[in-house]
Amino acid sequence: MKVRIKFQKYGAMKFIGHLDVLRYFQKAFRRAGFDSEYTKGFNPHQIMSFAAPLGLGITSDGEYLDAELVTSDEPKVMIERLNAVMTEGFHITGFRFLKDREENQKAVTAMSLVASADYMVSLKDGYEIGDKVQVKEEFQKAFCEFLAQERIEIDKKTKKSEKQVDIKPMISLVAFEEKEYQDKLNQMLKTENTCGYDLQNSVADQFDNGIRVFLQLDTGSAVNLKPELVMEAFYNYLDVPFNKFAWQVHRIEIYTRDAEDGKLIALDQLER
Amino acid sequence: MRKLALSDEILLSVEKPARYIGGEVNMQVKNPKEVDIRFCMCFPDVYEIGMSHLGIQILYDILNRREDTYCERVYSPWVDLDKIMREKNIPLFALESQDPVKDFDFLGITLQYEMCYTNVLQILELSRIPIYAKDRTEEHPLVIGGGPCTYNPEPIADFFDFFYIGEGETAYNEILDTYKECKKQGKSRKEILEHMARIEGMYVPAFYDVSYNDDGTVKSIVKNNPNAPDKVKKQVEMKLSESYYPTKPLVPFIKATQDRVVLEIQRGCIRGCRFCQAGMIYRPTRERDLEYLKQCAYEMLKSTGHDEISLSSLSSSDYSHLHELVYFLIDEFGSKGVNISLPSLRIDAFSLDVMSKVQDIRKSSLTFAPEAGSQRLRDVINKGLTEEDILSGASKAFQSGWNRVKLYFMMGLPTETEEDIEGIAILADKIARKYYEIPKDQRNGKVSIVASTSFFVPKPFTPFQWARMNTSEEYLEKQHLLRNKINEQLNRKSIKYNWHEADLSELEGVFARGDRRIGKVLYDAYKSGCLYDSWSEFFDFDRWLKAFEDNGIDYRFYTCRERDEEEVFPWDFIDTGVTKKFLLREYKNAKAEKVTLNCKQSCTGCGAKVFGGGVCFIDHAGLKEVTNESTN
Repeated sequence: MKVRIKFQKYGAMKFIGHLDVLRYFQKAFRRAGFDSEYTKGFNPHQIMSFAAPLGLGITSDGEYLDAELVTSDEPKVMIERLNAVMTEGFHITGFRFLKDREENQKAVTAMSLVASADYMVSLKDGYEIGDKVQVKEEFQKAFCEFLAQERIEIDKKTKKSEKQVDIKPMISLVAFEEKEYQDKLNQMLKTENTCGYDLQNSVADQFDNGIRVFLQLDTGSAVNLKPELVMEAFYNYLDVPFNKFAWQVHRIEIYTRDAEDGKLIALDQLER
Repeated sequence: MRKLALSDEILLSVEKPARYIGGEVNMQVKNPKEVDIRFCMCFPDVYEIGMSHLGIQILYDILNRREDTYCERVYSPWVDLDKIMREKNIPLFALESQDPVKDFDFLGITLQYEMCYTNVLQILELSRIPIYAKDRTEEHPLVIGGGPCTYNPEPIADFFDFFYIGEGETAYNEILDTYKECKKQGKSRKEILEHMARIEGMYVPAFYDVSYNDDGTVKSIVKNNPNAPDKVKKQVEMKLSESYYPTKPLVPFIKATQDRVVLEIQRGCIRGCRFCQAGMIYRPTRERDLEYLKQCAYEMLKSTGHDEISLSSLSSSDYSHLHELVYFLIDEFGSKGVNISLPSLRIDAFSLDVMSKVQDIRKSSLTFAPEAGSQRLRDVINKGLTEEDILSGASKAFQSGWNRVKLYFMMGLPTETEEDIEGIAILADKIARKYYEIPKDQRNGKVSIVASTSFFVPKPFTPFQWARMNTSEEYLEKQHLLRNKINEQLNRKSIKYNWHEADLSELEGVFARGDRRIGKVLYDAYKSGCLYDSWSEFFDFDRWLKAFEDNGIDYRFYTCRERDEEEVFPWDFIDTGVTKKFLLREYKNAKAEKVTLNCKQSCTGCGAKVFGGGVCFIDHAGLKEVTNESTN
């Protein structure tokens, strides 16, 4: 049976790369005594995949891991069993059964479903943006002006070439306050309860300076915009040298887009 | 949430930041304020290597069982972080609490190979602990050295407060109890060391004076403090099946060199190969109980979630219950996706059966370690493996579908001649010929034979401790000779030849049998930039040569000199149980090409019987059959 696990990644664990996180979960499944499905052959391994690998240094409330089990307890019990073997920096918040391969029209992977993701990007304490952008209000004003441009062009490096890309169409939501973010997000969701995030229980680092922005960006194998690129473009707009270490990126949730109306559905609300 | 010693900015600028954040599965969490003793355990190499070491896991477990002690860990910062720490003046910290190492009571450093010595100095310097023990004061941790290199601690004697000679299971509790009591009574650093010197197995270098003869050899090693013993006795854990196996070992986030459960099935080796230090210093051979090991395997797989388990010992084929243990592991865990990683076993029906069960024959290879190319030289080193063993083993394996063979040899063994070296090429060729005896339609493609040679480095407490080591020029010549000999063989295209660096082996030879006078060379080499010497990309022999020259030391005095039978060795103050008399007798047997029986066949009176247990007290009369077939 296919299952989808939702987890948080925070604190020092942001320094663990996604391949190591995968290895971590393979071992955690064994410690928790999960009855995993194994590949055949001399080096059998558990079948697992991530929806959208998280970059080094980023924390998250909404990470997804798909796995295959032979047998399973109820979701609540499975969450408890897995949390009992987690180390600080990983916390399981969701577990759900997915439709079996046969029921799905074709083999869907979590990765192919991903269309969009929400982020909170915060200025770390002890860093500055520049002389003209010192406090929260100045930041919000400058960021709005930055977004008001007709096009936001960046140099996107691919393996072969560097080309100019307009990232503006890839930014689908911008907000500065929690309430504002929530209201705007509700407009975009398929139904109000198609989002599993819970800002009250977020593991995101909080900073005293209060300078932060919520961003919803196109994510996935087709179009993928990283929050760091948006911030770099913002610095370019301000004409200030970009410091990638100044910002703490935190992922809030990952969504798929409904084929009919284009509305968003969080991955843990799906059956596939 | 744990606070990290390094900033995000630094952690995101260095390679593999997971090396420095701790927080691993099974990490011990204690409140440093609630313990009496803070102990920092160090493996002076990069994290992935240090985390693979079983000894540290054992000690971490023993020390943390004490409620009054918090044992933490530190490894060598990689060169990228080393640079940043020096530039930004960041003190070295322990992984658990992320607190500076200099605030600890103890810094215990394990010395597994000589080429980590510059890393030891790096650890001390980055921790801001004075490099020389004599410069340390009451505020600094006591720096302890342990591990196999302490069987000649003299080259690094000036940098340590004391050494623990022998196996770590026995005396740490006494050390910590004594320390705690001394602290309570407000004793000075020197007084504490005097108490330590009274504990069996502890060597406080400052309490001994070394004098030298005109020819540069050691004249005497005399204690200058009444608390120090004349001879320091090696510590041995005789009850290996009763306590202290770390059933909850640490599991790193990043892939370590040993990313698996390691089950130590026995300690010591019955074989008595004359070049092998481990085979002598870990005497007597002691086996762990089968039931105990089964229980450990179960608990460790459960607590770590590892998907692989390997057996560890010096010669696993000699473990009495090997068949039962291996089949148990396969039956119990094989179906649960756990790989059984086999140690190199004697090739026979059992090992071929096991190998075919746990490995993909097409991808795995057979390993033989004949060590020497001719039977004559194998007799000299007392390596019982015969050409017939190798050829018949290979032949059986080829018939079962294997087609890859790895061969390990040493060059520069005492009495070695050109014929012995040529023997390596001939043996490799004979193995290839065996393969092609199989009808073509039954073969599995071509055969591939990889022969590797390392350079022999004479080690203390071995029968070859008197022997002259080859110079790097001689080594290179021998390498060249073998290269040519391999190219003359019929199956040369099936034989690949790998070799080691000669300079590195020479330096290893200096530290293996060096004395206190080369401590300053080590210091100067480190100060001139030597670090991570065991990593070929960093090893800089020219810097070392300059350090020897600056100190007026001819390093070949330590390597290229046949020692006199009566010579006093820098390590003579250590009592390993195995007597110098026995070692000398073995050296003479070697030169006479005389083989010595293994411990299960007959007691050869090495001296290790004084420990009162292990193989010395087992009647092997009933095992005659077994010993006859186990001759490699």
